[in-house]
Amino acid sequence: MMIMSELSGLYAIWEREIRIYFREKSRLVGSIVSPLLWLFLFGTGMGSAFSGAGATGFNYQTFLFPGIITMTVLFTSIFYGAYVVMDKRLDFLKEVLVSPVSRTTIFFGKVLGGVTDATIQATILMVLAPIFGIPFSLNLLFAYVFLFLMVTGLVSIGLIIGSLMDSPEGFSLIMSFLNFPLFFLSGALFPLTNLPSWLLIFTRLNPVTYGVDAMRQLMTGMGSIGLVTDAVVLVAFATIMIAVGTWSFARMKL
Amino acid sequence: MPIIEVKDLTKIFKDKNKELTAVDHVSFEINEGEVFGLLGPNGAGKTTTISMLATLQKPSSGTATVNGYDIVKQPANVRKSIGIVFQEPSSDDLLTGYENLKLHALLYGVPGSEVQKRIEEALRLVDLYDRKDEIVKKYSGGMRRRLEIARGLMHTPKVLFLDEPTLGLDPQTREHMWHYIERLVAEKKITIILTTHYMDEADRLCNRIAIVDKGKIVVMDEPKKLKQGLGGSVISLKMKQPSIEPFRKLKYVDEARIADSTVFLTVKDANNHLQEILKLAGDVESVELHSPTLNDVFLHYAGREFREDSPEGGFFERMAAARNRR
Repeated sequence: MMIMSELSGLYAIWEREIRIYFREKSRLVGSIVSPLLWLFLFGTGMGSAFSGAGATGFNYQTFLFPGIITMTVLFTSIFYGAYVVMDKRLDFLKEVLVSPVSRTTIFFGKVLGGVTDATIQATILMVLAPIFGIPFSLNLLFAYVFLFLMVTGLVSIGLIIGSLMDSPEGFSLIMSFLNFPLFFLSGALFPLTNLPSWLLIFTRLNPVTYGVDAMRQLMTGMGSIGLVTDAVVLVAFATIMIAVGTWSFARMKL
Repeated sequence: MPIIEVKDLTKIFKDKNKELTAVDHVSFEINEGEVFGLLGPNGAGKTTTISMLATLQKPSSGTATVNGYDIVKQPANVRKSIGIVFQEPSSDDLLTGYENLKLHALLYGVPGSEVQKRIEEALRLVDLYDRKDEIVKKYSGGMRRRLEIARGLMHTPKVLFLDEPTLGLDPQTREHMWHYIERLVAEKKITIILTTHYMDEADRLCNRIAIVDKGKIVVMDEPKKLKQGLGGSVISLKMKQPSIEPFRKLKYVDEARIADSTVFLTVKDANNHLQEILKLAGDVESVELHSPTLNDVFLHYAGREFREDSPEGGFFERMAAARNRR
């Protein structure tokens, strides 16, 4: 009985997030256009530079593709937390928080919603993989496992920030401090081999690095860390963030 | 047994070096089926009282039970027993009216076979059935408030809390809201607790009201009895140099008070004595004679006039405003 009502609450929160996601067309379109710009414009430009420098047999766009998928889900996942802040403004959050459903269930419902949003976006891009020299294969499905782990952690980070902030302005400030370091230090845009050691340390501390690496390994064979390490780090990352998120939702004031 | 019992309920807000007692040892009981009003100026502690009863805030001291459940020890059971309509809009803009109600039903564990039926019934009660598939962003303020009342009824609560149900609505829409609330009382036999700072609203809707000021209950009774309790009529005299001295010695003046530049006299058989009073008053700008209103009741007990000069919104908004000013 208890479990059933928690499950129906979980479903209700997830369903609401998905409905809103599809209702806000600008959000959907915006999140697809910018990765395409990166892939076609930035990818082509940098690719030409590489081949001009004599790097033969290396297709930069192929290399870039998993990185840009990661970028898309990274930005979407963290920004997802902003909706908590907006729900606070509307007092809609109050309506959800006073319901008999537990805070843990509310948090998990939100995480599921965010993960679904990000997965849909990634899938829209995945369909284009062959254009960038990545044929469809079972490995692509395998990449989803890593994507899922990474996104779970990132969505949780967004929700944690959202639970702490009261204003959208404050949220976007924190978000911009977080997004770009996570993005630039993940190896999404450049290989992590031959980096100066201070930079290498930062990239190794960044959980997103392991997501990029695993997806790149599975999609293009150009990974540099190893799938087992990637998996261990991402599982730890997702677990810790879920734990912190559950805690932060439990102590969130109305 | 009363459905709500409140005993010595107190809430103190601490902000670094300041302390604010929003609710100060309040006690009252509400019986099943009553429409009970908490009436008072903005910031009197009405919303804070409701918030504690609805388990949104923990009391600093004191206790209360709702539907037999302790608000501190059994919050989940309390929440299942109550419906709340907040002061601020709390429905989701991007969902339709129907979807908002469905979300609420699922969150409150309404059995799947019941959901559809209850949504339709609630929507018809507040006359929103025809607009159920429009997103809430397109609703007017009054429609939104009605939707939120319907939502509050989804899980068939024993008690419905309405926090300032007509705040910010135009007079015509207020009239409609009153109509819906009356219909609700007639059809659902539900206990309602509402807060308001509109005298006319409390007078019209409530069986019993508690007038609240500065966190305390000033007086509590049926509106009719409160007004009768004052006796006689009220004469208000707007004067350049107001003074109550000349009226003190008059036998038929039960009470004389000054608020701003107006003298209020509670007078027996006022029609026959008006002449004499005017003579005594001398230079008067305007005169009004009326039977006592809840405003006079408030004036009588709180010693000042009940006005809407404080900013809109509850305690938190004012705390926030004060913080921003610093």
